[in-house]
Formats: sequence, C-alpha cells, structure tokens
Amino acid sequence: MNSATLALEDGTVFEGRSFGAPVERSGEVVFNTALTGYQEVFTDPSYSGQIVILTNPQIGNYGTNIEDNEARRPFIEGLVVREFSPTASNWRSDAEADQFLARNGIPIVSGLDTRALVRHLRSRGTMRGVLSASGTPADKLVEKARAIPSMLGLDLASRVTTTERYEWMKPVEPCSPSEFLARPPEPRHHVVAYDFGIKQNILRRLVQAGCRVTVVPAQTSADDVLALQPDGIFLSNGPGDPEPLQPQVANIRKLIGKKPVFGICLGHQLLGLAVGGKTYKLKFGHRGANHPVRNELTKRVEITSHNHGFAVDPDSLNLNEVEVTHINLNDQTLEGFRHRNHPVFCVQYHPEAAPGPHDSHYLFDEFTKLMSEKQ
Amino acid sequence: MPRRNDLHRILIIGSGPIIIGQACEFDYSGTQAAKALRADGFEIVLVNSNPATIMTDPDLADKTYVEPLTAPYLEEIIRRERPDALLSTVGGQTALNLSVELAEAGILEKYGVELIGAKIDAIKKAEDRLLFKDAMRKIGLETPQSQLVNSVRGGLDFAERMGYPAILRPSFTLGGTGGGIAYNKEELAEILERGIDLSPVHEVLIEESVLGWKEFELEVMRDLADNCIIVCSIENFDPMGVHTGDSITVAPAQTLTDREYQMMRDGAIRCLREIGVDTGGSNVQFAINPQNGRMVVIEMNPRVSRSSALASKATGFPIAKIAAKLAVGYRLDEIANDITRKTPACFEPTIDYVVAKIPKWAFEKFPGADTTLGTQMKSVGEVMAIGRTFKEALWKGIRSLETGKAFGSDKFDQSLIDKKLITPTPDRLNYIRFAMASGYTVEQIHELTSIDPWFLERMKEVVDFEAELVRLTAETATAETFRRAKRYGISDVQLAKTWGAAEISVRQRRKELGVRAIFSRVDTCAAEFESFTPYLYSCYESSCEAEPSARKKVMILGSGPNRIGQGIEFDYCCCHASFALQEMDVESIMVNCNPETVSTDYDTSDRLYFEPLTLENVLNIVDTEKPDGIIVQFGGQTPLTLALPLKRLGVPIIGTDPENIDLAEDRKLFGQLLENLRIPAPENGTATNVGEACDVARRIGYPVLVRPSYVLGGRAMVIAYDEEMIRHYMREAVTFSQDRPVLIDRFLEDATEVDVDALCDGEDVLIAGIMEHIEEAGVHSGDSSCVLPPQSLSENTIRTIEDYTVRLAKALHVIGLMNVQYAIQNGTVYVLEVNPRASRTVPYVSKATGVPLPKLAVGLMWGRKLSDFAYLTGGRTSGTLPVPQNFVKSPVFPFNKFLGVDPALGPEMRSTGEVMGVGTNFGEAFLKAQISAGSPLPEKGTVFISVNDHHKAEAVDVARRFADLGFQLVATRGTATALRSAGLQCKTVFKVNEGRPNAVDLLKGGAIQLAIYTTTGAPAFFDEMAIRRSAVLYRVPCITTMSGARAAADAVAARRRDPIRVWSLQEIHEARKTAV
Ligand SMILES: Nc1ncnc2c1ncn2[C@@H]1O[C@H](COP(=O)(O)OP(=O)(O)O)[C@@H](O)[C@H]1O
Ligand SMILES: Nc1ncnc2c1ncn2[C@@H]1O[C@H](COP(=O)(O)OP(=O)(O)O)[C@@H](O)[C@H]1O
Ligand SMILES: [Mg+2]
Ligand SMILES: [Mg+2]
Repeated sequence: MNSATLALEDGTVFEGRSFGAPVERSGEVVFNTALTGYQEVFTDPSYSGQIVILTNPQIGNYGTNIEDNEARRPFIEGLVVREFSPTASNWRSDAEADQFLARNGIPIVSGLDTRALVRHLRSRGTMRGVLSASGTPADKLVEKARAIPSMLGLDLASRVTTTERYEWMKPVEPCSPSEFLARPPEPRHHVVAYDFGIKQNILRRLVQAGCRVTVVPAQTSADDVLALQPDGIFLSNGPGDPEPLQPQVANIRKLIGKKPVFGICLGHQLLGLAVGGKTYKLKFGHRGANHPVRNELTKRVEITSHNHGFAVDPDSLNLNEVEVTHINLNDQTLEGFRHRNHPVFCVQYHPEAAPGPHDSHYLFDEFTKLMSEKQ
Repeated sequence: MPRRNDLHRILIIGSGPIIIGQACEFDYSGTQAAKALRADGFEIVLVNSNPATIMTDPDLADKTYVEPLTAPYLEEIIRRERPDALLSTVGGQTALNLSVELAEAGILEKYGVELIGAKIDAIKKAEDRLLFKDAMRKIGLETPQSQLVNSVRGGLDFAERMGYPAILRPSFTLGGTGGGIAYNKEELAEILERGIDLSPVHEVLIEESVLGWKEFELEVMRDLADNCIIVCSIENFDPMGVHTGDSITVAPAQTLTDREYQMMRDGAIRCLREIGVDTGGSNVQFAINPQNGRMVVIEMNPRVSRSSALASKATGFPIAKIAAKLAVGYRLDEIANDITRKTPACFEPTIDYVVAKIPKWAFEKFPGADTTLGTQMKSVGEVMAIGRTFKEALWKGIRSLETGKAFGSDKFDQSLIDKKLITPTPDRLNYIRFAMASGYTVEQIHELTSIDPWFLERMKEVVDFEAELVRLTAETATAETFRRAKRYGISDVQLAKTWGAAEISVRQRRKELGVRAIFSRVDTCAAEFESFTPYLYSCYESSCEAEPSARKKVMILGSGPNRIGQGIEFDYCCCHASFALQEMDVESIMVNCNPETVSTDYDTSDRLYFEPLTLENVLNIVDTEKPDGIIVQFGGQTPLTLALPLKRLGVPIIGTDPENIDLAEDRKLFGQLLENLRIPAPENGTATNVGEACDVARRIGYPVLVRPSYVLGGRAMVIAYDEEMIRHYMREAVTFSQDRPVLIDRFLEDATEVDVDALCDGEDVLIAGIMEHIEEAGVHSGDSSCVLPPQSLSENTIRTIEDYTVRLAKALHVIGLMNVQYAIQNGTVYVLEVNPRASRTVPYVSKATGVPLPKLAVGLMWGRKLSDFAYLTGGRTSGTLPVPQNFVKSPVFPFNKFLGVDPALGPEMRSTGEVMGVGTNFGEAFLKAQISAGSPLPEKGTVFISVNDHHKAEAVDVARRFADLGFQLVATRGTATALRSAGLQCKTVFKVNEGRPNAVDLLKGGAIQLAIYTTTGAPAFFDEMAIRRSAVLYRVPCITTMSGARAAADAVAARRRDPIRVWSLQEIHEARKTAV
C-alpha cells in the first residue's frame, strides 16, 4: 500500500494512501464542500494551480464519464479525500476516477483527516502546499511549499485559455431518459465568449438558451471581438487573481456600451475592475454547491455553486454607475451587479452549476433577453 | 413575508399512540413545532392521545389535551379553545387525515380555523395516489404504470397486461398496511381481497413493479416566497421492494453523479410546486433504474415524516422547527441556522460524514408472522450511526442494535444463503456478511440482492479485513491494525472475541498504542463555518472537537432503539432528566442512538453524543467528558446492563446503587430480602437445565410461569400448564438466557395486578401512583389497561401495598424512582417484581398526578430531598399522590400488521404503544382510552360471548348488563345454556369446528359488534385463534378477559350516558397547583 504526503507551508503534514499518479505536484490548497460532482471539479480550469480537498468523505463512487467533463482534461494539481473508491458503480461510468486522474498525471492522497485539514485552513486561511507520492521527506516538501509563488498577482488565465478561436454548437445532453430538458431553440444570437478558463457547461447553457458561440483566446483585442459582429459578449470564469489581467480589463472597458456583456466568476471580477472597482483575496474562498444568494431585484434566494478565491469589494464600486443585484447570505459578500446605463451584468457564482443546483439558469435567458432588446 | 401577526392561537395535532410506521419521530416534530411557535409568542393548544410523549407535557403548550384523536373530540376542543389556525403537518398521517376530516366536515370553517402547513387540496393531491400520478405526468415526471381497482377481477386484468410481479397498495392506509407484492394470480387475488377490505375507501392501487431499482428520498423545504431547499438526500441500501422504513438507509446519496442528483432535485422541487405545498417540509421518494437511469416518482408526503426526523438528525437541520416557522409566515432567509449562528436556514446542508439507519424488528414476539420484508413496514424501531465513512457508520449501526446476541454468535446455514439473499428478511444483512466470508463475490451477491455494488464493495473490505484480524492477537496487532479496525467501525468487543481476549484489555492495549476515539461535530456545513452546538459523534481521526466544559455535569444514558417493551416512555424520562439537570444548573450530556427521539434533538440537552449505547462508546465519552455522575435508571434495560461494568471501572453512577438494582433482578438475593421483610411472593425456583426445571415446577405445582432472567417486556415468558410445555420451552429459551438461569414461578390465576411507581430519597418514600390493571395478572403489565385511582381494591389491600412499597424502597436503598408490580389473589398481596428504576408508567402517572416524577427523581439523585420538592407535590413527602380524575391507560397492538398471529394476550408484552383516557367516572375514561386505542366500543348491536366454565357465573352478570343496555346476545353452546338458565335471551352459534354458520361467519358477516372470549388457559385451540384472528381482521373489538368485559360494559354505559367532554391537563391540575 503506497503512501502519499500532503505538506503545507506552515509545516503541517498529513500522511495518507496514494492513488492516481504516483507523482509530486504543488499548488494552493483549497477545499470544496459540494456533495456531488467531483468530476466537474477535477475538470474545471478555474482549479488550475490548486490542490483540492473534497469534504465529502466518499469520492470516486460513481467513476467518471465523458459527458460530465467541463474541459478537455482535469486541471486540479492534486486531490485530497477521506476515502477514495478505486471501483466505480454507475450506469454512465466509462472509467474509474482513479484511472481518469492517473492518466492525466494527477496524484490523489486518501485516508487522511480532511475535516481537521479544512478546520485548519478555515482558521489560518488558504495555504500553499505540496502533494507527493514520490517519497520526498516531509521537511523537504514543506520547504518546497514555501517556495511556491503565491496566487496573488499570478496570471493563470493566459495559461489555460484556448490558443485557437473555435465555434461551439453542443446543447446540454440529457443524462437519463427521464431528464426534463426543453429542446434548444434555433440559435438566434451570436455570442463571442472570452475563454479565461471557460467551463463547457456555460457553452452548453448558452446554446440551450438559443445562442451560437464563438470562443476566443483571452488575449483577443476588443476590436477583433467586435469584428466578429457578436450580438453579445460573454466573459468566462477562470483561475487565479484578476489584478494582473490588465490588458483584458482594458479590452472589457472598450466593449462596455458597445454590446450586451455577461460575466461569470473571473469575468465578474474583471468587469468589477473595468468599472473602476477593486478586488481582494478571500481568507479561504467560496467553494461548494450550497451557498444561499439573494437576488436583490426579486428578493428570491438561489442555492448556488461557488468556486472563487477572490471577490469584488462592493465599497469600491461607484453605485451611481452600477447596481448591486446579488448578495451572499452567508457572509454578505458581493455576488453580482449590473451597469445602470449599459446592458452589462455579471455574477460571482456559477449559474451554469456543474456541479450544483440549477436555480440560476434564468441568467442565461436574461442575457438573451438583453441581446434581443438590442437587435 | 415576516411573521403573521393575525394568528394568535395555534392548534397542533399529535400522532397518537406509537404504532408500526408512526413512532416517536412525531413526538420529536410536534415538540419542536410547539417549542418554536411558543418561543415566538404564539399560544399553543396541543392534542395527542399518547401520554408518553414530551409534547403532551403541560409546560410545552398553553393548553394540553390528552384526548381521542377523532373529529367529535377535536370539535369539542376547537369549540372550547377557538384557535385561529391548525398546524396539520407535524403529527404524521394521523394528524393529516384528521385535519382533512375536520375541514371536510366543515368544522374548521364553522369555527373560523385556518389550516396552515399544507392546504386541503395539496394534501389530497399528494395523498390520493391517482391525483398524484396525474399531477406528476403534468410536470413531466414519470410514475410507475398503475390503475385503481375495487375488485379482484380488475386487478387480474391489469396484471395480465403489465405482467407479474405487481405491487398492490390500498388507498389511505398507513405504512402500506394491507399492501404487498404479488408474483402470481393466487397471491394477487389474496392480497387484493384483503387490501380492498382494509382500505377505508375500498380501493387498491395496482402498480407496475420496479423491484430492484435504486430507491432514494429527498427532504425538501419550501417557504411562502417559493424558496426551495433540499435538506438531505437519502439512498436506500435495500433496493425498491423493501419499504424505506424497513430498509437500511444511507445519507447522503452515494451512487449518483451531480447530473443525476440535480435531475432528482429539480424533480422534487417541481413536485412540491405542482402539489402546492406552499410552506414546510415534504419528502419525495424516487426510484432509478440502475441499467439506464430511468427515474420514477414513488410518492411524496406533504408533511414532516420519519425520514425528515432522520434527515434532521443526520444533518443538524431541524426540519420540523423550521417548518413550523414557515407555516406562520417566515421566509427561509429570515430564519437563522442555530448551529453556525452567522448563516441563515436558507441553504442546503452539506456533511463530511456518512449516516446509516438500520431498522429493528420484533418478529420473535409474533410467532407465525411472515418475516419477509416488502412494501408494508414491519419494523418497530431504528438506530442511526454516524461515521466518517459508510463502513464505519454501518458497523457502528449494527452494534447499536442491541440484538442481545453476543457478536459472532449468530448461527448461519450455508444452504440458506441464496434464499436469504434473494428474499429480504431482517437477517439479510448478516447473511450478506456471511456470504462474503464464505467466498461469495460482490457480483454474485449483487445478482441475488440487487443491492448496489458500491455498498457491497465497502462491506467486503471490512469482511476481508476481519479475516486478516483472525491471524493476529491483541499482542501482535500493530497501532496501524487497531486504527484501521476502528476506522472500519469494528468494536473492541468484536476484536476481543476474535482474539479470545477480554474487551477491557483490548481497550487498554489500543489506548497504549495511542489509538483513541475523538469526537467530531455535526455542523450542517462540513466545517466551512464554526459550530456552536456540541452535537458530537465518535471517530478515529486526528483532532477532537468535543471541547468539554469545566462545569458540573451529568451524563444520561438513553434507551437506544425503540422495541416492544422499551420505547418512548423511557425517552420521556431521559429528556426530563436533562431538563431537570439544566434547571439545577448542571450540564446535561445525552447519549443515545435513536434518531426518532426528542432526546437526540441537539437542543434537548447541553451536549449530545449520538453514539451506540455500548460499554466501549460510553467509556470513550467518559474519558473525554469526565462527568460528575451518570444516570442509568431512566433508559430502561439498556443502560442497566452497562451499570455494573461501568461502576467496576470507577465511573460515578448516581441514584440507586447498581448493586441494588442488580439485587432486585437476582432471584436468590431478592427472595432472601422478601423473606426478611415478610413480604409474600409467588413460590418460585430457578433452573439451569430441563431436569431441574421439571422438578421445580412439580414442587411448586402447575400452572407455572417460566422465563429467562434479566429481560424487559416479558421476553420469552410463558405460562406452562404441564411438563411437555416446560421441556419445549427450555429448548427455545436458552439462546436468550445467556448463561443466566431460567426462572420459574407459581402462576397466580385470576389475580388482580397492580403497578406502583414510587420516589425515594433514602429516607422518605412518596408513592406516585397505584395503578389497578383491568386485565388480570398473566397479561403483561405493558399489555393490560390500567386505571388511576384504583377502582376495586379494598382499603386494606391499598394500605398493605403502600406498606410493602415503602419497606421495599428503603430496603433497596432506592434513590430516585422505583416500580413494583403486585398481584392480589383472594385478598393476599404478592410481589411479582421490583424494578428500582424508571418504569414504563412514569409518563402516564406524571400526567395523571400533574407531578413531574423524573424531575423529582433527578433532584433526589443529585442529593436533594423530597421535602425540597414540596412545592411540586402539594406539600406531600410521603403517602400517595392524589389524582383529581379517572385516568385509564390502554395499550395499542400491531396485530393488523401481523395477520395470522394469535392476538390473545399473555405474559409476553406485544403492544407497541399506549393511550390515555380521562373521565369523571371510570367508564368514561375507559371509553375514551378504547376510542384512542382504535378499538371503539359499539353503542348498540350484538355481543358474542364464549367463556370457559369457571367464568360462566361472571359472564352472566356481564351479559345481563349488555342486555339491559339493549344489546342482543349470541353465545356458544355452553355459555348460551348458562345465560338462558339465568333468564337471558340469547342465540346459540356453532364453534368453528362444530359446523356452520359459526362464530367466524358471523364476525365476517358483520353480525357481531363486540366479542367477549376468554381462553381455556391451556395453549390456544385452533377454534379460539380463528375467532380472535377474524375479530382483528374485521376490526371487531375482542375482549379476552372477564375484567375487561366488565370495563367494556361500564364504557358502553358511559357512552350512552355522558356527553362528549374534554379537559386540558392544565385545568385538571389547576386545583392542586393553587392548593400550594
Ligand atoms: N412500483 C413499485 N415497485 C416496487 N416497489 C415499490 C413500488 N412502489 C413502492 N414500492 C416499495 O414500497 C415501499 C412503500 O411504498 P410507498 O409508496 O412509499 O408507501 P408508504 O406510504 O407506506 O411509504 C417503497 O418504499 C418501495 O420500496
Ligand atoms: N407469578 C405470577 N402469577 C401471575 N402472573 C404473573 C406472575 N409473574 C408475572 N406475571 C405476569 O407476567 C407479566 C410480566 O412479568 P414481569 O415480572 O413484570 O416481567 P417484566 O420484567 O417483563 O415486566 C406481569 O406483568 C404479570 O402480568
Ligand atoms: Mg414511503
Ligand atoms: Mg413487569
């Protein structure tokens, strides 16, 4: 039984059993409290540069399958779980989670006290760490952890964005003969989506809402985007700190007012910066599928899917220009705003879910509504 | 939408007696609702016929009625109290059905009472299986193909089209009563006939089978602003075909991807919206085809349920409490999460552990009952276990069950494996382990059981590890091995057994190696936020979150899973112990593993440990908490079996010394004591083998009562009329006697039994209640009706009883509660048994006298004196407490769930619950009790009488009284002759074996409204059984004792004489309160 070690920059060390790839990877150590959807987490590009602890103690149970991928490959640096199931039991499974991650060179450590780890991070804040299955002594690992560049000021988006522009047509496929899905309408809107690490379910949801999507690299200039004659522009989610993405912020500034703009997660933070706001790093972030968010316009509460380590500071926003539309009821952090004078809106959380509740799908329809009004 | 200020008085209806399918989870929900609404300034009027509930405590509501849950009595209560609203959703199916009845009878409208929680049409849409199916189709959710039939023919036609097996479910019956799975024509015809008869609307739903599919439940909450949350997902270990109440269930769901789970979540929410449950909690059941993911909805309950109690305990999210607040207008985001304090209740709990629920059955008490598990619930209780993994939770759960059998002592039969795996019965889980141990692969077992391979794989990991353990010893086992064993949930007892070592030395070794239990918190959020409620479970991880306080503290050991003989009454006592401690500013620590109870509500005690009640787990808590005292006398037999071992290990036990508790159970010592005190007891002796037993019986003289020592609820107790019965019994009993001798008493025939509860502080003895049983000795105290105050006991007898009780309490140095059972035969008072602990009758006596006995008892255990409580006892510190009215307690039996079982009463307890009737005279009180117990006595009609010879004289008196009340008489030949010669009009009817038409034909034909039938004592004849069975089947009250018959006559007279009257406990006890 091979062992693996997780070492944190503050010297904390946990031992466990090794699954997946018997390698050494490092990154920021974060935790996600969702009960379902580990595969979506593995393959969400927003997790690049991060070692993920899942608080659900039983992971791997239902294996993995092609349809549930959020990107071409998994992006997490490493996986930390209480009990990993090497075998899979589900009619849709085409590979065991173990093979899936091993194939992609991602290490797993299982059997350690994830709750203690989470409580540690909750009180001390997120930390850098190394997950190693290659037998490096613990003290060495701690040193390595301290040497990792901090997330602050790191431009990870450019690393995960697509290099080529491409078209996306695929809608959401039902996962069961009983899944209740409206047939997508004929595409009525052309959306250009900036890929800062985009999740495929956003693309599927846009198609589901009646859009034809052109996905462009993070570096694409505002003019090149407008040259594609979009009906609307979408700013995707993505990993890391928004601060360093100044060129993108500049592009977004140019686009505001030209076309309807919809941003999710990192896209929301970039819009925040574009309208003159500031962003800051959260102590241990929001990662889970159970966060209550209140829509300030309807006063309805949505149970939402979260994955972000940074947030927009509401006090830094000019409220004559923008209007707060969504608030997190757990910690009152800003979850969404819209522009008062232009068709621009965004949310910090993940209306596309995957994983998580579907309460916020309506936002994709609001985007198409804005585009219809403009046409 | 904040709090509704137009509502002031709210009526809450409870769920009545504990029955299979409706147990104390509804005391939990009702209590939570009452507490929450009261705290918010609403006046609460509460009705429940079950006196053993916390919810019926006078200080939980402004007005508390222990009255029958029927429309006439409810109308009277509504007329008196004029509530603004009726909360219909926290009292189970009973409250829901009754609310519908009140609404449809126009009573709610008449008195301007608003139905809150669920509206009438929503209830109907959800409860009527056809309306429900239409509603689901409308919103694109599939349900199994089905059709309502009211004839056997209709059913057969459907089955021809859909094929077998077919699922049959009578409309409007609880817990699937009368339903079943038919694999062929014959079975279909049989089940259908019965079902049509049992359904109040004589309809049965015949349905396409989805046997073997995965079964899931979602607990959903919705507020008036249409905010919806899923509190918990539950996956059944046993696939479709085994009622959720009889299934091992696991939270959270383990084998669904996010896509599949969200599909189910969307479905559940759409379902709630369509049905129109505008506020509160509901539970939606789904089945999923493991081959292709096809999903069907099975049912939804528009109310809190057994599963929502489980979900609340599993997540720390108090569904009933929140549901109550939603019902009075609050929105989910306006209510705070008690546990995190900072975050709102409008979120979905996430957990970082696994919860397993395992049912507990009581088939051993119902010989002849069909032990196959199906669509009808048969279990009487359940345990819940929390572990960091499924393995740990499951093994902890198995250990919580208290099977009474030592680990590994189960006998398996290799040749039965396949059968036992294919047909679900209570021992399927054991057989899965056995099958694995004997080389069955997961695939094979999955083939036979359809249980998801993921669950089986996890079990296999433990079973394989158990095999490795055999090769080790306590000495050779490494810390790593120990840690792994504990993380798999394997108990020290099991390790000790495997290694032929003593449990305690294994524990020692383990701790030396540094493998210690730590405690984690149930916090609704997987540690994302800080938790402020010490709701804990043990596991073998790295950092402990118990954070014990430095206060004075006392630990209360609960009573574990409900079972016949040990149920809600003991939880009642434990909860009160906790309240009393808090009042004395002592920290209360509750230990229990029963998810249905109020005691396992995280805000009942200062600290809650959700743990198995085993020596190992209790010691772990003691090590962490270092309590100043432990209370063992409130949890029934469960804590008592731990008392001595704990004491020997130096754990401080408060109250009556365990040695004395033990002494009362020890035949020789106790016999000695009685002799010294010159208190008569039935002649008796003990035996450890057949020979001895026969000798003792011969010496004492037949009939004798034979039983194993140390069991509650008269387990395995029989009246033996001859040597043959003794021999037969000795063969059976041994497995239960666990090396303790068999006890043999002279059986006192035709004796009046009396139950006495008393309090003792070491000096003074206060007798709380002298309860006279209606049925004579020989019918278990838990199974016979009894009355306060006694009706027929002479002054002399009462004085003798008081004298014996006082002397016994002092002789046993009782500190706290004591229960004595007496039998009075021809004027002589015999002691049957003494239990120096809280008894089943404590809640009933507390309610009848208005004196909270457990509260006093805890005070005494903590060193107070009876005189300190004079303010509660009307100044009394000795003598007997007065009762201002007549209070009758009657038992409720599950025979309708075990058709074919002989319902004759005997010394083995078989009732699942109890009710209380209040009246100014005995008849009225008994009448109400019978109505509440579900066997209302007729106003007119025909009485069937058949009694053995030495009852004939009494039978004549009883018959005359019924004749005077205008009843016709029918009797079997012997009895008829007796009645006629006494000048009574009476038809003769054949006995079953004599010809036709016989008594059974008359019962079937509805020609009999009341049956009085005493046994000939000796083992029941086919004839008697046939009559009693059909009485149950056709719901004709059947009385098997003469004293019962006399009581029935009183009741019928009262029904004729007295108007419908109700009294709240508060007004009943007003007098004494002001007297002080
Ligand atoms: N169509 C069916 N095929 C197979 N099993 C079924 C079917 N319908 C119900 N069951 C089983 O019967 C049990 C009881 O059915 P349910 O509708 O939940 O009745 P209840 O109201 O007693 O809960 C379910 O838990 C399920 O295991
Ligand atoms: N000697 C006896 N004669 C007649 N009935 C008896 C005698 N002993 C016990 N019983 C009956 O058996 C019932 C159960 O016996 P008990 O000693 O109370 O066992 P348990 O511990 O289960 O309450 C009693 O309630 C009583 O009705
Ligand atoms: Mg059900
Ligand atoms: Mg008894």
